[in-house]
Amino acid sequence: MQYSLGPVLYFWPKATMQAFYRQAIEQPLDVVYLGETVCSKRRELKLADYMSIAHELREAGKQVCLSTMTLLEAPSELRELKRYCENGEFLLEANDMSAVQMLHEAGLPFVGGAAINCYNQHTLSLLIDQGMIRWLMPVELSGDWLASILRQPEIQQRRHLFATEVFAFGHLPLAWSARCFTARSENRHKDQCELCCIRYPKGRTVTSQDGRDVFVLNGIQTQSGERYNLVNQLPGMHSQVDMVRLSPEIDDTWVWLERFRANEQGEAPVALANNECNGYWLKLAGMMQQ
Amino acid sequence: MELLCPAGSLPALKAALKHGADAVYVGLKNQTNARHFAGLNFAEGTLQQAVAETHGHGKKIHVAINTFAHPEQWTHWAQAVDDSIRCGVDVLIVADISILHYIRSTYPEQEVHLSVQASATNQAAIAYYQQHFGVQRVVLPRVLAMNQVRALARSTTVDLEVFAFGSLCIMAEGRCYLSSYMTGESPNTAGACSPAAYVRWEDEGDYLESRLNGVVIDRFAPNETAGYPTLCKGRFDVDGQRYHPLEEPTSLNTLDLLPELYREGITSLKIEGRQRSPAYVANITRVWRAAIDHVLTSPERFQVQAEWNAVLASLSEGSQTTIGAYHRSWK
Repeated sequence: MQYSLGPVLYFWPKATMQAFYRQAIEQPLDVVYLGETVCSKRRELKLADYMSIAHELREAGKQVCLSTMTLLEAPSELRELKRYCENGEFLLEANDMSAVQMLHEAGLPFVGGAAINCYNQHTLSLLIDQGMIRWLMPVELSGDWLASILRQPEIQQRRHLFATEVFAFGHLPLAWSARCFTARSENRHKDQCELCCIRYPKGRTVTSQDGRDVFVLNGIQTQSGERYNLVNQLPGMHSQVDMVRLSPEIDDTWVWLERFRANEQGEAPVALANNECNGYWLKLAGMMQQ
Repeated sequence: MELLCPAGSLPALKAALKHGADAVYVGLKNQTNARHFAGLNFAEGTLQQAVAETHGHGKKIHVAINTFAHPEQWTHWAQAVDDSIRCGVDVLIVADISILHYIRSTYPEQEVHLSVQASATNQAAIAYYQQHFGVQRVVLPRVLAMNQVRALARSTTVDLEVFAFGSLCIMAEGRCYLSSYMTGESPNTAGACSPAAYVRWEDEGDYLESRLNGVVIDRFAPNETAGYPTLCKGRFDVDGQRYHPLEEPTSLNTLDLLPELYREGITSLKIEGRQRSPAYVANITRVWRAAIDHVLTSPERFQVQAEWNAVLASLSEGSQTTIGAYHRSWK
């Protein structure tokens, strides 16, 4: 099993980001995804800053992949995406069909992120034929769904051309909107947001009126209220999954990386906390824990 | 500028045609469309009748096959394409690239529109669908501001369709998994959002409580109107503040934008609501027909009439309407 570190989904100050990636260099990670995927107004780190972190990670033996924006609306966002795609050194993760279009046109390989709608063998085949070399399946799909795609003949023929990756730890990115919910939570308009999400390194938790964590607000992104955690499903993944992704959290990301590695063959299962879930993988409502 | 109206049943379809729709859109009675609700939609026999009825009025019928095909049942989606074309429909509305590919290779002459569920929000994404699958029209997600719609209209050769009225989806459609997070069923996989089978109402005396798969979505005081528990329109707490963190129960209404949409050459105005009654469809269609006719005759002198807004507000969620993301202040 290979381990990847997803892009930081929250808006952390530059110093926090740099410290986080200095630690990442020392961690037993195979792949590190870098880049802003949520909001183009978040510019604590610019492409040049990410590139310099990417060089350090590469020198430490990590594969680096630049992750790109998910919801692109403005021409300026497409221009920035193009700059990422033309970085000349690192693999790209496409999170929107605009990136697939640019990378395919440039003849470059890419990772297909979870927000690319790939739900069956024929769609997967088309994307592989267009240059996709690693596939992070949509977060709402189950282990059974993945297995049923992988056993189709079209995919069997192409299985050597791509790797499978599963989002296995962290708050799940579930939706993207035109509206900024963090700004709204502070009674601000998006145009006058003053980048207030920088004050919420874990996002803002939304609880139901009877006290259950329902969602996490992260700018224009809505995340799961509970933390997704497949540490106990890991031992059963080996035949289908080549890589598991841990999504950065402000606390304990490295502790969890260690726990995942320790439980690779089921030697060290972990009792999940109340605010954790694993439903999607088990073909249940995502928020469920079993 | 086309008025494209929803029809979840033959009576709704007839109502739309009678009151001035230029085209109607429908779904099949299975999981291939994003309004897969009990009692709605068309089996093959009724689809034939719908086609005959629509063509009898000289109008067009679109079929939405716009969920994402499941691996073991992929042929059901292909079958939906085959059946629709055999029935003589004019347009297919599709989101899954494997189904777009199937149509392009099997029925190269078929007119195809890119469903809003494909979430194409920018020029490069539109170019992808246009170049690879020859889509003639793109239905734009409800996340774009008017200036972004304008920029797209000026940078693409594909026809554009926008949502003019109806339920306000505040997330980029086709990329929202909130419903499956809570219930296991999402628009992408099951053609459903906040499905009714998971809704429970509890009268707690002081308040009426709505739950979705056990999660409290809202509590209504006796003087409040209780709305359907669509999960993004619930009332929740954020750091002790109780409000609608995502969106209030409200409907999208773009009447005010009509002249601008017309000027930018938007091909089609879509009315949301295949789940709505024939009476609803009749009323909405009548208002939008009148409004579009006004714009077509004298775009400079167009003014929204109070009577139109009154009708639309009475048919809206929580009796409220908003211009939504088309105006930046909403964001």
